[in-house]
Amino acid sequence: MKPHTDWLAHSILCTGVALFVLPLWLLLAGATQDGGAIARGELSFVPDLRNLGIFWSVLTDRAPGGSPVWRMMLVSAALALAIAFGKIVISFLSAYAVSFFRFPFRMLCFWTIFITLMLPVEVRIVPTYAVMANFGLINSFTGLAMPLIASATATLLFRQVFLMIPDELVEAARMDGAGPLRFLRDILLPLSAANMAALFVIVFVYGWNQYLWPLLVATDPKLDTIVIGIVKMIGGDTVTDWNRVMAAAVLALLPPVLVVVLMQKWFVKGLTEGDK
Amino acid sequence: MATLELYDVRKSFGATAVLHGVNLALNDGEMLVIVGASGCGKSTLLRLIAGLEVPTAGRIVLDGRDVARLDPAERDIAMVFQNYALYPHMSVFDNMAYALKIRGLSRDDIARRVGGTAEMLGLGPLLDRKPRQLSGGQRQRVAMGRAIVREPKLFLFDEPLSNLDAKLRVTMRAEIKRLQRRMGVTSLYVTHDQVEAMTLGDRLLVMHQGVPVQLATPMEVFERPATTYVAGFIGAPAMNLLPGVLCQGGMAVDLGRGMVIPFADGKRDGVDGRKLTIGIRPEHIVLDPAGMMLQIDLIEPLGSETVLIGRMDDGELLSVKVPGRAPAGEAIRVSFPAAMLHVFDAETGLRLG
Repeated sequence: MKPHTDWLAHSILCTGVALFVLPLWLLLAGATQDGGAIARGELSFVPDLRNLGIFWSVLTDRAPGGSPVWRMMLVSAALALAIAFGKIVISFLSAYAVSFFRFPFRMLCFWTIFITLMLPVEVRIVPTYAVMANFGLINSFTGLAMPLIASATATLLFRQVFLMIPDELVEAARMDGAGPLRFLRDILLPLSAANMAALFVIVFVYGWNQYLWPLLVATDPKLDTIVIGIVKMIGGDTVTDWNRVMAAAVLALLPPVLVVVLMQKWFVKGLTEGDK
Repeated sequence: MATLELYDVRKSFGATAVLHGVNLALNDGEMLVIVGASGCGKSTLLRLIAGLEVPTAGRIVLDGRDVARLDPAERDIAMVFQNYALYPHMSVFDNMAYALKIRGLSRDDIARRVGGTAEMLGLGPLLDRKPRQLSGGQRQRVAMGRAIVREPKLFLFDEPLSNLDAKLRVTMRAEIKRLQRRMGVTSLYVTHDQVEAMTLGDRLLVMHQGVPVQLATPMEVFERPATTYVAGFIGAPAMNLLPGVLCQGGMAVDLGRGMVIPFADGKRDGVDGRKLTIGIRPEHIVLDPAGMMLQIDLIEPLGSETVLIGRMDDGELLSVKVPGRAPAGEAIRVSFPAAMLHVFDAETGLRLG
């Protein structure tokens, strides 16, 4: 590549990085400053290093109108993990059924799953709420997680992975005497491990960032997720401590970032590699 | 080790009949090669025996037990697939050990059997590798090892050499034959390659459009093909098939062009004028100064011999194989030795006498 195009590409990339990083930096810097100053619009780009203790205090102190941030983060983590594992297990099994077994109305089942792509929680929120209410699951962790678990996207992803597995491999396993469960465990699971990891990353972040459904179904402060908690810290009856809000937002960022960074290698592998 | 018998095995996929009744009996320790063009039903037959498909009708008897409706796992049959079908995430050892693990053999037994088989196939140093770290020939060997280590009643080979390059194919062919002899396991081998068919089989089954047309030893199939299809399929270059009519009270054939050849092996049934198809292999045609004139169209030197493709006076093509170099000149004269003729009925294509 010519040097000047190289230079151009880099400046575009740098602009992109700056645009992306700037709000995060403001968040980080703002957390350490005086709340009153931020409210007056006097937000400095330079963090005040003497106030780093704010993170610890936000994490452990009770926020106005709720539980301490660490508790909300725990709820968020539990919710994100439940959704991620639930989605992976359910989608994996349903994709296994529609990909490898011949049963009546198989394609009908597949298309029924497919059509739910057009019905995310936001669209069916009222009927879903009604169903959860009838089950008596309002204000429960199960009610929080369950409607977010079923997933057409993940089922389709696994089905695509399974379609890539050559028929001969399935037949070789049958000849070797592997039954359906053994095949699932010994062949299918290891072969889709990378895709599962990629899916885990995506779904964990999706679960962590849920706002609308938790807001509706769980009014008990014990079930406040961190996203809900941050919103509750803003406004209300008291004056907003913007520095505390920003500190909470920084803390809320950490777990998804950690998941993405730790699983990056698997994530890329699962989305790009097809070594079947 | 076992015997295998098929009784009127049929298979249809929906309305399409693929196998129209196959009867077959394999002796203990025998290697039978099923050969035919693609779409003749040979792979389907193999898959029925393996248990990967269920026959529409008929019985498959392995060692005295009807297995036609049993699951593949219950049949004790091992299969080598065309693309090897090795488990990509398992090491060579685990690939070979998988079936044994499922059967619940002890760790020591598994290690001993896999070790022994790997030794025999020269896979010892490769046991820790993954399939993607192996060459084509090595993968092929692992696929064989996976079948051998199970010590099954029956081996099935589904075109196992067609993914290898030509040179390796020759080596592996010899190796398969040696192994099969040594282990004495009854085997079925499906191929479309006639060289593999001729060299590997104790007996050959030629299939055509879902029907077995000839079952015999390779040399018998070559020397006395049962139909014009078999005659044209086995042998390279293919046998010349020419129209002719019965004459001289069934004692000779008139090939036109003034060529009347008496049968070397006696009278054929039918009235004079009965339509025949006469087959003669290119290598059996002799150069003869008194013979028929042939305009040379194409010369294919093969080194030790030369294939000449010539045009007869009516424009029909005739191939002739001569030892050594091509004779000089634009045309040659050839004749057909009476003893080398194959006589078929023109309508049914069946061999006469």
